[in-house]
Amino acid sequence: MTAASEYTLAELCIVAASKAFADDGEVLGTGIGVVPRLAASLAMKTTNPDLMMTDSEAWMLSEPNPIGSRAADFVPAIESWMGFSRIFDNVWSRKRHAMLGPTQIDKFGQSNTSALGGTYDKPKTMMLGARGFPGNSISHPNSFFIPGHNTRVFKDGECDFVSSIGYNPARLPKGHSLADIDIRLVVTNLCVMDFGGPDYQIRLVSLHPGVTVQDVEKNTGYPLHVPADVPTTQAPTQEQLDIISALDPHNQRSHQIMDNPPGNSA
Amino acid sequence: MMNKQMTAVEVVAQLKDGMTIGIGGWGPRRKPMALVREILRSSLKDLTIVAYGGADVGMLCAAGKVKKVVFAFVSLDFIPLEPYFRQARQAGSIEVMEIDEGMMLLGLRAASWGIPFIPTEVGLGTDVINKNPDIKVIDSPYDDKEWVAMPALKLDASLIHVDRADVRGVCQIAGPDHYMDDWFARAAKKTFVSCDELVESDYFYDPAHARMVHWERSMTTGVVPIAGGAHPTSCTPLYGFDVAHFKAYAASAKGESGFNGYAEKYLGASEHEYQDNVGGLDAIRAIELPTY
Repeated sequence: MTAASEYTLAELCIVAASKAFADDGEVLGTGIGVVPRLAASLAMKTTNPDLMMTDSEAWMLSEPNPIGSRAADFVPAIESWMGFSRIFDNVWSRKRHAMLGPTQIDKFGQSNTSALGGTYDKPKTMMLGARGFPGNSISHPNSFFIPGHNTRVFKDGECDFVSSIGYNPARLPKGHSLADIDIRLVVTNLCVMDFGGPDYQIRLVSLHPGVTVQDVEKNTGYPLHVPADVPTTQAPTQEQLDIISALDPHNQRSHQIMDNPPGNSA
Repeated sequence: MMNKQMTAVEVVAQLKDGMTIGIGGWGPRRKPMALVREILRSSLKDLTIVAYGGADVGMLCAAGKVKKVVFAFVSLDFIPLEPYFRQARQAGSIEVMEIDEGMMLLGLRAASWGIPFIPTEVGLGTDVINKNPDIKVIDSPYDDKEWVAMPALKLDASLIHVDRADVRGVCQIAGPDHYMDDWFARAAKKTFVSCDELVESDYFYDPAHARMVHWERSMTTGVVPIAGGAHPTSCTPLYGFDVAHFKAYAASAKGESGFNGYAEKYLGASEHEYQDNVGGLDAIRAIELPTY
């Protein structure tokens, strides 16, 4: 397949993020937010047709739903009921891979969705709460999407509140090993990373077109492992762009990264 | 035959200061808002609220009814951060027990089953354990790992909104998801249910209707018919959540008069007045269903 000549950074990120689900086989792929949902949907339509998916409400689908309002005669490809309580049965059976967008990710891969600054009793900024992050992080693989890669997100020191467990030896529960924790890809507007460096250090996997190692280092609050040869993130094919377009007919992806820049400009 | 029909005022009369109250629904979806509004109109205080929270939690915090919130999130979904819960947290005016969504389910199950805790690995290595000294981590008699002993979340009362109920307390949730409402009903000493429609018992003769009954009537203490009683949250398939109303609610938190201004404009002295203030029942029932 040949690379498309024109695509947006959001589309590049969707394709890069979809790789996270390619080898998952028959697990529930949960993408929270437009880019992660499109990434999981694209994987289901291309590299991993065995992936399972919900309609983000209470039904399991055999075909991903397009995002946003749909025609009155649209028939979702429902295959089973999948209410929220059953999601936890699925999570605890480990047959799931979630991709989410926390507010902070520290050097251990621990993430924060709850509170920023101040004290825990009186935080400067209260956010969502821990949500399902504690359970997700200890039960099944997780990936992250961050639309604005900077040192506030990838902060120095530990997260203000640790919502999800990471590769932090000081917090490792008795009887567990760091290898039990499975953080897959971290896709941002600058690059793709994982935790495959020495001792689970965050590692640069690929750089988006026009982004340098220094750009990533400058915007990351802790050292990252940079392999000798870091490739450029693979450009989408026209086939992938067509599938994304069909899955997102209202172009909500254009609102996910600030100013919706092109993906292949320096 | 028991007749459990009562009014929202009679429900609130059975609640006491300091009680632990569970609220069904999820975020902006199928919350017993009419019962919550009746609490707002009452003198109740020092409540501990257990909920998959939305504006129910935010309003009760804003009105000074809350001592403590047990939560995994408080969110209006399309407005991610609940404005008044946020204010209460940032003012340090409420105690919290912040847990994982699944831990809440386990806590409700433990309370329902009359056991002190349920072991789980959920929470290990995170601040839901570090910030909650009351949640113990224990050794297992069967392996060498440590486990979170998620304590029972015992509720004095639960408040739930359903699509239909009969006067005996047979409750139907016809939307695609009943969330954890069955566990809220079981975990509480008393469960009060508001319903959009009161039906005769023979309504449930149709197995398709009976299939959408998620707990036994012995778990239901009181039934309050209030059509539109979930507004501004959704009661799919009857009505969606009121986007415009939630936007006005969120905006009020940034305004000078804050929640008092919101309450003065909408709350009214009764649910009838409230519904007049938001455009009436027909307008509520006409709210478009959400698309996810």
